[in-house]
Formats: sequence, structure tokens, C-alpha cells
Amino acid sequence: MSARLRVNPIACEAHGLCAELLPERITLDEWGYPLIDERPLHGEELQHAQRAARACPTLALIVQRERTPRS
Amino acid sequence: MAHPVTGVLASSGPSVQWYLTRSTGAVSLVLLTVALALGVADVRRLSSPSWPRFVVDSLHRSVSLLALAFLAVHILTSVLDSFTSISLLDAIVPFAGSYRPFWLGLGAVAFDLMLAVIITSLLRARIGFAGWRAVHWLAYASWPVALLHGLGTGSDVKSGWLLVLSALCTLAVIAAVLVRVFSGWPADIVRRRAALAATGAFSLFLLAWLPVGPLGSDWARRSGTPSSLLGHASSSTTGHAAR
Amino acid sequence: MSTQSPTGERRPREAPAPPVALPRLLAGVGVGDHGPLSLVAHLAQHGPAPRIRGGGRSRGRGRARALIEEIEHAGLLGCGGAAFPTARKMRAVAGARGRAIVLVNAVEAEPPSLKDRTLLEVNPHLLLDGAVLAAEAVGAEEALLAVGEHAGSAAASAYGAIEERAREGQESPVTVTLASVAGGYVAGQETALINALEGRPALPGFTPPMPSERGLRRRPTLVNNAETLANVALIARHGAPWFRSLGTPSHPGSALVTLMGPLAYPGVYEIENGSSMSSLIEAAGGTTAPVRGVLTGGYAGTWLAPSAIGELELSREHLAAYGASFGAGAVTLLSDAACPVAEVARLARWMADESAGQCGPCLHGLDGLADAVASLAAGRPHPQARRRMQTLATLTDRRGACAHPDGSVRLIMSALEAFGADFDDHARQGPCERCRRRPELPLPVRSEGRRGSARR
Repeated sequence: MSARLRVNPIACEAHGLCAELLPERITLDEWGYPLIDERPLHGEELQHAQRAARACPTLALIVQRERTPRS
Repeated sequence: MAHPVTGVLASSGPSVQWYLTRSTGAVSLVLLTVALALGVADVRRLSSPSWPRFVVDSLHRSVSLLALAFLAVHILTSVLDSFTSISLLDAIVPFAGSYRPFWLGLGAVAFDLMLAVIITSLLRARIGFAGWRAVHWLAYASWPVALLHGLGTGSDVKSGWLLVLSALCTLAVIAAVLVRVFSGWPADIVRRRAALAATGAFSLFLLAWLPVGPLGSDWARRSGTPSSLLGHASSSTTGHAAR
Repeated sequence: MSTQSPTGERRPREAPAPPVALPRLLAGVGVGDHGPLSLVAHLAQHGPAPRIRGGGRSRGRGRARALIEEIEHAGLLGCGGAAFPTARKMRAVAGARGRAIVLVNAVEAEPPSLKDRTLLEVNPHLLLDGAVLAAEAVGAEEALLAVGEHAGSAAASAYGAIEERAREGQESPVTVTLASVAGGYVAGQETALINALEGRPALPGFTPPMPSERGLRRRPTLVNNAETLANVALIARHGAPWFRSLGTPSHPGSALVTLMGPLAYPGVYEIENGSSMSSLIEAAGGTTAPVRGVLTGGYAGTWLAPSAIGELELSREHLAAYGASFGAGAVTLLSDAACPVAEVARLARWMADESAGQCGPCLHGLDGLADAVASLAAGRPHPQARRRMQTLATLTDRRGACAHPDGSVRLIMSALEAFGADFDDHARQGPCERCRRRPELPLPVRSEGRRGSARR
């Protein structure tokens, strides 16, 4: 299963926990808001991403499941 | 039905359960105080290189769950203690018991509020941020209720340690609330003044009530201890006579 | 010539032939006419509106599908700026769970665009036909026509037309209601409009879910620009091949363009998509002053040098090749009497102030860019001003919940390129004498207090 990281920019209030928990994919801009690498996530990285999403104080970080293409 | 061990112990003095109830209750109070302080630190975004944001946030959640664990033991031991007839239902349905109904009931109220906060937090992703946040404010309400429960129900308030502990925890919570209020929350000036007023009123209430309440004479009877459990009429501080 | 319209209705003999060329949307509207086309005049010009419902449910569904297919073959794209394929949106709404509702977006908050207002003022009935057809096609029973709170005569015209249809016994299973929307620049955005209609501030929301899935009153909502639905009304009558007989393969048909600036006759024109910019300017009586620059796509669009006027064709693909967007068809010329730096600085500050304030990067980024442009204009540039602005542009573009920051970034960065020499001059020497002139580019006067709540 693969997934992508997305942030809801309206809910995001620049707490910055996501960047602490997933620095491989998330860095903070000069105002503290997340810059996200949106390439697909797999395996262990996906688990860290899910943990980061759970840790977000405003639930702004989203792990979006990839829809498997239907034939 | 009396457990053989408690039956034996009751005849010789305070039971294991009684000690456990008192100690876990005190520890719960401390843990709840720490959880509240960490919650304020979390929302104020306090952090340092060795205490990153996710640690403060994670600790806040873990300490709250730890408090819940200690509360579970606290409730269980008070139920198992055959000296008092506290039932499991009294833990969540307030004011229905026979042992100091009002003060015990406050514990149930505080516990109910805590359960609401913790359950919504565990289901946060399903409930959504707005709903979760609205319920989370109840945490500020559950703390003073828990404190009053401890002061009103406990039989060793007059012994220094619980009083000192309660005083320290109260000061810590007042400090946390002041930090929260003076950093510009709530945005509404009316609600901010209300929060300050409530804090001040509660503190004054404690100072006024303690001397005439738990620290006063004959508190065990006045607080609603069933007369069958009232031993000697003395107000000795170390417990096993006047429980 | 066939006497059957694409939706399967038998066309009565007295229906007029489809217009060969232009005008289409503005057909029957005379120059200098006052007041909108009456219902009778509209029907005489365009013929009766095809009906989808009636004659049984399965026939109705068949006609609905046929209409959407016809729109797909016509290649109609949304006319509000995003250019989303209309048929695809209709299919999404028709297939979503729940009873659909149609939202006609005539809010038109883009200051240099007047086409939707004008369409309402000259022929509201064409738009109403389209709204009803779209509603029938997606299974909706209600259509809301949203206009901006300041568009008084457009609202009056729409209201009059709705009343007229009721009086003349135009039976329709679809009720059309007029709604007045208060808000700023972002109020015309789909989700912002839905929020406004539900009593919340007119600020964008986060998607998913898309409005086509869950929008107004949690129902699948078809949000279409007014001009898009007017085109639907024409396609339903005359068919996809007719629609495609004008325009380019990827941008077929005609479009309403708002032309502003130093011209003999600025205003709203209907053009064949792909026609040249110079022919449009000629139709507007030519320029009345030398042109310093051209802005296509409104204040979320792109600045081009005046040399583009002779080369540009007004179609989406041709403009895209110039790095420009067609947007909602607003073409604004800047005369050489104005100072482009001062004008852009003013626009940049306005766009920054129009941010909903909900998303940190938009709020901070647009503010930073506006400050940077202002300081360039004042001759007090930040050190490494251009690099700083490029960084801000990268940090702001596509990092909000809506396209507002993207448009502002495009406006500012394209200005830096089109007016590079002017910016350099101002950075060195400060304001020029043209900076002190009255500003040329129109901006509405705003009241305070619409901001969102992003952390500052």
C-alpha cells in the first residue's frame, strides 16, 4: 500500500511536530509552515508518517491513501 | 462479601486497600497536575532542543493516561475496601453512594469529565479537531473538582503531607492557568476575565473553606461518613480511629 | 437542417437558425440598448429552450445523459478562470450520492472583469435557460444564482427575469433563487461561495471533499460560472458541431472578454476564441494612448510587454505558450502615462490584503511580496531584492487552500519580468513623477474586517 502526505493549509498552525517526527519528508519554511515532499510513502516511512499525522495538534497533516486503479 | 484478607486487616487497623486508595489518589492528583501543566506548555508551544515539541505533546498524552491508570487502581481499591460500602457504580454515577456522598460524588464527576476528555482524545481523528477541542476544555473543570474530592473525602487531610501536596498542586495549576491567560487566551477579553475570576474565586474558596471544613472539627461526621463507621469521636489525625 | 435538438426535442418550425458566427452569447443585444432582453425577445432570438424532463423518467434521464455528452463533444470548459471541463463536472455531480443542487457563480469578484455582470444585465434569460438545463441534467430541483452584493443592476435584471418567467407561465421543475453574496476577492471561489451561502464568512474551505461530491447543504453541488451556463443553453439548442464551428480545437466556441484601458470603447466584447488581440483592440476602436503593458487574466494573471499585442491570439493554449492565462477573459491595457511599478505595488498590496488569512504561507508570503515591491518602488529595496522575491514566490505559490496566492505570485513575478527596467530604475532612484498620478488600474473600495485567523 502506498500513500502520500498532504497538509490542510487552513488547519495548519505551524506547530512543527511533523517536521520533528519526519524530517526526511518535511521541513519548515521561514514562518514555521511545513514544506512537504509529496512522493509516495512506503513501509517504515509510512508508519512514521502516520505517527506524525496522529501527533499533529490540529489534525492538519493527512496521510492520503493512494486509490488502487480499477481496471 | 468480605475478602478474608481485608477482614483480617480491618480488625487490626487500616487495610491495604485503604492505603492504596489514599496513595493512588494522591499520585493521581499529582499526575493530573503535571498533565495540565504539560497541556499548557504544549499549547503555548514551549520547547527546547532537548524537549522538542513532539516530546512535550507526547508526554502530555502519556501522563494523562498514566493518571487514568492510577485512578483505575484508586477506584478499584476503594471498592474492594470492605470498610466502606463504595460500589463500582459510585465511580461514575455521582452522589448516589452512602459514604460521604457529596465529596465522593465529586470524584465521580471529575472522573466522568476525565473520561470524556480521554475518550475523545483517543478518537480524535474520527471526531475531528473542532469537536475534540470543545470537549477538551472540560479538563480545566475536572481538576478543581478532583481536588475538592480529595480534600473532602480523605480522612488524613489534617496530616501535613496531603495538605502540602494539595497546596503545591494547586499553586502549580494556578500558575499554569495564569500563563495560559496572560499569553493572550482566550482571545475574548470577557472570557479571559471570567477565567481569572474563576481561578481567583476558587482559590479564595479553598482558603475560606479548609479551616472550617476538613481542617475543622468533626469533619468525618459533617462530610457524611455513615455513623456506623464513625469510631471514637476524637479528631485524631492518623486515621484508623475516625475513618 | 435537422429539426431535432441534441436533447431529442423536436424543434418547432419557427425557431431561428443557429447564428453562423458572432454574436452568440450577445445575440439580440443592441449597442446602446437599455435594459435586458425580455423573455419574448430572447425566445425570438434563440428559440425555445429545450426540455429535458417530461415524458417519463427514463426518457428524461436519457436526455440528461445526451445533453452532458453533447457538452463533452463541444469541449466546453469553465469560463470562470479554472477552465475545468464542464461535462466532467456535471457527470461527477450527477453520479454523486444525494440530491444535487446547482450554484450559478456570477459573483465576479475580479475587479477588471465585468462579463458576468454584463451577461446578466443584457440577457439574463439565456443564463437562466442554462441554469435550468444544467439542473435537469444533474437531477437537481433547485438552482441558486449568486451575485456580488454590489452588482445592483445585475441582480435587479436577474430578479426581473425570474419574475417574468413565473408570470409568463414558464413552467419548470427547477426553482431558481437569487442570492446576494458579501465578501472580498476570494468570495467567488467555489468553496468560499458555498460557505457564504451557508451563513459563514466568504472564505475558501479545504478540499476534499469537492463540492461536486459534498457542497452546499452537504449535497452534491454543481458550481458553474454564469457564462459557462449561457454556453450550455446554446449548445443544448444548436449542438456541439455548431459550437465548435468557431474557435480552436482545444478552446472552441466564443468567449466574453472584458477589455479595459486606454481605448476608445472599453467594455465587454464577445470574441471568437483564438482571434487576435489586435483585432479585439480594433473592434474596441483602437487605443487612445501608447500602451505600456498588457495584463491578461485579471489581477491573478500575467503581465506581457506591449509587443505581445501584435502577436497574441486570445485562446488558452496560445496564451499558455506565452506563460499567460486566459483566466476569466479580462484583458487590461496599461497606458504609458501610468507608472507600472506604482500600479503593481498597489495591486500587490491589495492582493495581500485580500488574502483570507487562513493559510500561513499565503498570509505571510503575499505580505512579504507586497512589502518587497513597495520598497522597490520607493527606492529602498531590500538587499538582494530579486532573489528575496523569488524565494518568497516559491514559498507562497500553491501552498494555500485556494489559487489566490498562486495568482498574486504570477501577477508580481510577471511584472518584474515585463517591466524589469522600470523596477531597476525605481530601485536606484525611487519614485518617478508618474508615481504621483492617480492610479489607472481599478480597485474596489473595501470595508474592514473580513480576515481569517491564520497565526501572524
